[in-house]
Parts: sequence; structure tokens; C-alpha cells
Amino acid sequence: MRSALQRRQARSGWLFLSPAFLLIGVFFFLPVVAGLLLSLTDFDIYAIGSPGTARFVGLRNYVEVLRSAAFWGALRNTLYFVVAGGTLSVAVSLAAALLLSARVVRLRSLFRTIYFTPVVTTLVAVAIVWRYLYHPRYGLLNHVLGWLHLGPVDWLGDPHWAMPAIILLSVWKNFGYNMLIFVAGLQGIPEEYYEAAAIDGAGAWRRFLHVTLPGLAPIFLFVGLTTMIGQFQLFAEPYVMTQGGPLGSTRSLVLLMYEEGFRWWRMGTASTIAVLLLLITLAGALLQMRLQKGRGS
Amino acid sequence: MKRTLGPVIRHAVLVLGAVVTLTPLLWMVAASFMHTGEANTIPPRFLPRDPTFAQYIALFTRLDLARNFLNSALITMIATLVSVLVNALAGYAFAKLPFRGRDRMFRQLALGLVVPAQVAMLPLFLLLQRLGLVNTYLGVMIAYFASIYGIFLIRQYALSVPDDLLDAARIDGAGEFRIFWTIVVPVIRPILVTLGAFTFLSAWNDFMWPLIVLSDSGKYTLPVALANLVGEHVQDTELMMAGAVVTVIPALAVFLIIQRAYIRGVMAGSVKG
Repeated sequence: MRSALQRRQARSGWLFLSPAFLLIGVFFFLPVVAGLLLSLTDFDIYAIGSPGTARFVGLRNYVEVLRSAAFWGALRNTLYFVVAGGTLSVAVSLAAALLLSARVVRLRSLFRTIYFTPVVTTLVAVAIVWRYLYHPRYGLLNHVLGWLHLGPVDWLGDPHWAMPAIILLSVWKNFGYNMLIFVAGLQGIPEEYYEAAAIDGAGAWRRFLHVTLPGLAPIFLFVGLTTMIGQFQLFAEPYVMTQGGPLGSTRSLVLLMYEEGFRWWRMGTASTIAVLLLLITLAGALLQMRLQKGRGS
Repeated sequence: MKRTLGPVIRHAVLVLGAVVTLTPLLWMVAASFMHTGEANTIPPRFLPRDPTFAQYIALFTRLDLARNFLNSALITMIATLVSVLVNALAGYAFAKLPFRGRDRMFRQLALGLVVPAQVAMLPLFLLLQRLGLVNTYLGVMIAYFASIYGIFLIRQYALSVPDDLLDAARIDGAGEFRIFWTIVVPVIRPILVTLGAFTFLSAWNDFMWPLIVLSDSGKYTLPVALANLVGEHVQDTELMMAGAVVTVIPALAVFLIIQRAYIRGVMAGSVKG
């Protein structure tokens, strides 16, 4: 009786999982593996018509990609966005969460909703909005800088400013997400820790360093990893705002992959870039886990 | 964290932050009601001198954006319904229907979370081409139907469904699917709403995948149509802002209506995950 019931549950378990497994297997894991194989071929526009013409070329694509200036430029731009943009974004999120979490704050849920709003907006739409905000003559941003006797800055036209401009947009768009996660994390730190630290004579800054930051350690790992993985996927902002320019200063790895694959139909080369992106992301994830573990002990 | 900033300063900073956060969106709305050319003045205008619907009328008549709106709505709604069903079944099975190797399988599935979706896109495009799904709505939707993250979210919540409840129904002779449909679904309804909101927003806002799959401008989703439009109409600031408003409003509306469920999902994904 018991085992018949167990068998029934196991059978149903498989049945309930099968649609998800089928979809994820066929439309995600299979393509990931196929991407590895594709990166070892010279699959190009002719092969799209008749796949038989694609040939196995070993690691030739990797040698070519790793020798191309375009790849290293895109890698540099992407790392700039991941490291500078990711760090700034997490810092702003934490600051907003700390501001919101004090007991004295009125209208907390209103502020929380306002800060979260950009997260749910459509990236393409707000990238277009910011493109106008960044306009060197008519843009709001240079106008505000003018009040402070700064600028004007040719935000999207100057190779030195284009990536900072994209970072600023992405911080505005994303900080609310990690803010919520930090708020949840702050709620998990017992009030007594702060009281004990205050009794020991610790000021606000020391309480932040010795109570808040250690209390948030597991949250930092989660936020760090998800933010990094997300930042590596930079695509829509440069596609809509700069087309990768000026002078290639905002061309990300994903944008380069898109151009190689879907503009020039060099699927072999594009897959090579995709595989390298995966490896770099994994390396970044491992590095972060190592660093955080080192700090924790 | 008390008395680190004076309450007055703290609130002033919070208000300043709120103003900075809302300004781009408020300016977007304001500019969308301006006459052509009005947004390109020195100094920049914050409010329309004589509010007009002209830009919206142009979008829906001359540029036929209603079509793109319907494409987005169709793709998003079907994707949301299917994804909630598929992920709920899988998440519930991972939580409550044991079989050999299930938990190992679950851990292996988690590895997929670190793989950027872009890595799969090129071969997936070639696969869809074989299946004749390039430039179809189904080709776009199929990528949203199942999500590893969605399965995680449901599983976590479904773990709290009492086993007694399920066993009682089994003793009464109910089949597993009936148990799922009549007992489990009502209990896990809150997380289904959360997952629905996540799927809706990510499908509605997605850009790269529909950009790759759809080649016929009549089939474009709103974000793809908008990115295409900005190429030809970059000078028409007011028109583009109206397009941005039309694209953003449904996403904002869904968020504001089910804010609570959405925020719960974001927090649940981190603290226990």
C-alpha cells in the first residue's frame, strides 16, 4: 500500500516536471551545448541556407577572436561596466536601504515604491528617455549642471563620457532592486546587536562597520553575484543610445556577439564570443565567492 | 541604525532621492504632451505650454503602434499563463512529490542560473529556424515558458504546504493532478501571482530576444518597434516620449496593482535563496 502510493507520487512527480524539463532542456541546455559545438565551426551566412557547408575548424575561432582588437575592446568596456557600474549600483542600493530602514522614517512604503519604480520600467523606453536627458544642448542633465556652473558635457558623443553615462542610467534603473534585498537583510539583524555596540561606546560609523556590514555578509554575496551576472549582459543601453560608439567605447561583449551573429551572420565567431562570455562570468562568480569567503573568516 | 542622521536631514535626502528618481519619468510624460519641437528649447521645458494628444494620435494612426501594442500584449499574456502553469507543476513536484534522484536533479538545475541567456541565443535561433518558428509569436514566447528561477520560487513556497492536507486527499481517493488543482493551487496562490508578475514584466520589457526572432516590423513587440522608431524619428523628441509612455505604462500599472506580491517575490528570492 505504502509503496504503491510512493510509486504513484514518483510517477506524478516525473509527469509534473516533464513540461518544464522538456522546455528547459530543448530550449536552454541543448542550445548552450550546441553553442560550444558551434564555436568550433565556421558556420556563416551560407551555412544558414545549407548547414552541410559548415566545417569543423577546431579552435581557430578562439585564436582569431582572442587576437582581434574588437574583442579586447568589448571586454574592457564590459569589465568597466561590471566593476564600476556594479560597485556604484550596489553602493547606492545600500545607501538607500540604510536611509529607508531607520525607525524615524515616515511614509516608508511610499519612498520604497518610488525608488523601486525604475526597476519595472521598460529598459528600451527609459534608455530613449535618457538619450534625450543627455542631449548636449537641450538635455535636462546639462541644464542642471549649468546651475552648478559645470559642463556642458557631450555625454553620449564623447568616448570618455559615454560609458559613465550608460552606468548612470543603469544605476538609476536598477538600484531599487538590490535596495529591497538590503532592506530585507537589515530587518534580519537583531536590534540588540546595535544596542550592545552602542553600550560599548561605538559611534554610528563603527556600528555600521562592525554590526551592519557583517550582518549583511550573506546578502552581499547574493547581491554581488546576481548584479555581476546581470551587468555582464549589457546590451540594450548601448544598442539604443550609442550603437556601441563613439569610437567603440560602449560596445559590450553581448553587443559584439549580436553584431557578429545577427548582422554579419558569422555564427561560429559569435558563438565563440558567447562561450568566452560564459567562461568570464563563471570566473567572476568563483572569484567573488573566494573573496567573500576570505573576508568572512 | 538609530540617530545616525538627524530625522530632518534624513527626510530631506529621501525626498531629494525621490525627486531624482522620478524626474526622468515625469519629464517623459510631460514631453509626450508637448507640440513637436517644444521639448528642444533652451532652457528645457518641464511642462507643456498647451498640452496636446497630437503625438499619441500620430503614434496610433500614422505609425500604427497599436499593432505593436497588441503583439506585446498577446505574447506577454500567453507567456505568463503558460509559464505560471509549467513552473507551478514543476516547483510543486520538486517540493512535494519525491522520486529517486530528485534533489540531485534540482541542484543540477541550479547551475543553469549562472549561465547567461545570451549564450543559448545563437543556437536557439538556428533551432527555431529548423522548426519554422523564426518571425513568429510562438518563437518569441517559447523562451519564456519555463524558468529555473520560477521553479525555485514556487518550490520554496510549496515546501510549506502541509503534507497532512495532501495525504488526506489521497486517502479520499483524489488523483495527483486533482490534488494539485483543487488543493495546492489555492494554497500557493500568492506565489503564483508573484511569478505571474515577474513573467509578465520580463516578457513585456524584453528586448534582445524579440529583436532576434522577429524580422517583420508588423510583428515587432513594443520595445523592438520603439528602438526601430528612434532610428528614423530621433529628432521627434515628443513623439518618442509618447512611444516610451505607451510602452512603460502597462508595466507600471501591473507593478502598482500587485506591488505587494512583487516585492515579496524579490525579497523571498534573496533571503532564503
